[in-house]
Amino acid sequence: MAPPLRIDSLAKSYGNRPALAGVSLEVAEGEILGLLGPNGAGKTTMIRCVVGRVVPSAGTIQVFGDPVGSGAARARIGYIPQEIALYGRLTAAENLGVFGRYNGLSGEALDTAMQSCLEWAGLQERAREPVMSFSGGMKRRLNMAAGLLHRPRLILLDEPTTGVDPQSRQRIYAMVEELRAQGVSVIYTTHYMEEAERLCDRVAIIDHGKIIAMGAQADLVRQSFGTRSELTVYCDDAADWAASMGGAPSAGGGSYRFTVTDPALEIAKILESARAKSIRVRDLTFKAPNLESVFLHLTGRELRE
Amino acid sequence: MILDIIRTGFMNLRRDRGALMLSFIVPIAFFSIFAGIFGSRKGGTDPIHMVVVDEDRSEFSRRFVNALKGEAGLRVETVRQDPASAEQAVKAGDVSVAVILPKGFGAAPISFSHETVGARLQILNDSSDPIAAQVVFGLIQKAAMISMPDAMATEGTRMLDRYSGGLTPVQRARIDSSMAALRSHLDAPRDSERTDPAGGLSGGLIAADIRDVVGENKKNPLVAFYAAGIGVMFLLFSASAAGGAMLDEADNGTLDRILSSRVTMTTLLLGKLGYAALLGFLQLTVMFLWGAFAFRVELFRHLDGFLVMAIVTSLASASLGLCLAASCKTRAQLSSLTTLVVLVMSALGGSMVPRFIMPEFLQKIGFVTFNAWAIDGFTKIFWREEPVTHVWLQVVVLLGAAVVFFAVARRLARRWEVA
Repeated sequence: MAPPLRIDSLAKSYGNRPALAGVSLEVAEGEILGLLGPNGAGKTTMIRCVVGRVVPSAGTIQVFGDPVGSGAARARIGYIPQEIALYGRLTAAENLGVFGRYNGLSGEALDTAMQSCLEWAGLQERAREPVMSFSGGMKRRLNMAAGLLHRPRLILLDEPTTGVDPQSRQRIYAMVEELRAQGVSVIYTTHYMEEAERLCDRVAIIDHGKIIAMGAQADLVRQSFGTRSELTVYCDDAADWAASMGGAPSAGGGSYRFTVTDPALEIAKILESARAKSIRVRDLTFKAPNLESVFLHLTGRELRE
Repeated sequence: MILDIIRTGFMNLRRDRGALMLSFIVPIAFFSIFAGIFGSRKGGTDPIHMVVVDEDRSEFSRRFVNALKGEAGLRVETVRQDPASAEQAVKAGDVSVAVILPKGFGAAPISFSHETVGARLQILNDSSDPIAAQVVFGLIQKAAMISMPDAMATEGTRMLDRYSGGLTPVQRARIDSSMAALRSHLDAPRDSERTDPAGGLSGGLIAADIRDVVGENKKNPLVAFYAAGIGVMFLLFSASAAGGAMLDEADNGTLDRILSSRVTMTTLLLGKLGYAALLGFLQLTVMFLWGAFAFRVELFRHLDGFLVMAIVTSLASASLGLCLAASCKTRAQLSSLTTLVVLVMSALGGSMVPRFIMPEFLQKIGFVTFNAWAIDGFTKIFWREEPVTHVWLQVVVLLGAAVVFFAVARRLARRWEVA
């Protein structure tokens, strides 16, 4: 059986500027694939190619074996754009009615889908209120619900938590996890590392239009760092000392990063050396590598630059 | 699907009080203001396009017609040779005035008294331009003086024979008395131009009957013009605003969402066209209902013509609105372009000032706007009371404009389809 999404050698250029440069990936049934990358990396372009809103310069995209843009592919895709793509003057229920009809639903099927989506988004009690009166989080939830009325099997979520408060963000995470429980495949673009870590079965790190790493989070970390962790020592004017101990200055200055494989032994050694050199340590942090570290390691840049 | 798009448009409109006001209240206010200002306006055309039918074919009438042709204030046409076709030309709005020189006119064209000796000249008029007949009547007197001095002398001699009876003191006194009476008659313009009981003008050198052949029973001649003119202008504004909703949808991602559903761009544009056209039709209906209620526009007597003209006008406006929206990238850009295009089209096309009082070259330029065609159609129906079949040309032009504008809008909308 064809996978929910198969992308081969996808490329897209705007003039001389490549937005996507040969992306290939596959999404399995019930899988949440995170697209992690900074702004302008090509995440949204890729999503818009899958929805059929951007024509690729090269490459192919298949949705459950059907070419993108076909009626069958459209019927199986649920697209949730980054913007609040709703009619502000209409109520929540009216918005769902509109987009349900645009997706071919009517009558009882539409009513059932609307009720189910309102419930999923936790907006039953606000169904008859105009969307313009909603909080940012409520709008986001309704924005997501409006893409799911026709029960798509592949959902494209483009940065669904942008501008959302932490409480609403947790609610959105729960909604996405509910989708996974229903066996729906999801592509989830974000530049929030913690979202990808919490929600995604696999992560594709995308930068400058290319996938530079793809796999489960633990695998990516292991591939990049092995068993190494990162120690950051905050002190001033200690570049020579840090270099002698295998450290490197941090990007912001005022601190030095050390990679350690045996934390108990190596941290003690570094601190003892600093004391011996009369270097005043103001603070220190120790963290196991995560996706952000992987991104930094692979690109030399912070994720949110 | 198209119905759903139309329905969505109205759902949005219902919540947008500003758009509702712009669609229905503001046009009525403008219409009322213009109707109030111009409803009883006296205006005229210069030069006046007129037709002369010479049924007399005498030496006098030939010279008289030539003198009229020499008048800078008149554009005289003589190709129509019978009174019926001349009257039809006035009714159709092809000319402002028709002058009929009846048989026998040349026998005694000049009269220095209120008693008409020969056949009276006929002036056929369109009462929407009440001043034209008066101007023509005045220029006829001038033409008579220039072209018929011998007739004047003959009439003078006749008057002399009639009143003097020789140059006796008594006769001289009678002549002096008559001449004094004539001078005082000519010196007193109101007396000399009084309307006679038959509805004509006498007291000049040439007596004439003036007959309104169009709109003689209408109370407020220019209101029908403004109902159509203002209506079409606001139709264009609201059609552009309706089309502009696509710019908002493109901005906030709704267009992406719609086009990733089962709705195609052509379907979406047809839905938008349907919404804007239906809204325009409702606007015109409200406008004419108000006109019927407040200004006695005869809507119900011309319902068939109104429906035909309202439908094609709404479609053309909606298409242009879509076209304008599709050619702009932002709402602000659209707003500026719409204001410019609509006001220029409205001014040229006769929405603000009736085209018949414009200079002829402007009247011709006006035909590049569909305001002119729409107003002409409405005018034919409501003012000239022509049957609905007589507006076929206006209908064809407006439908053609609708198709062309829609095709252009569809082509321009390709930029939204894929990037």
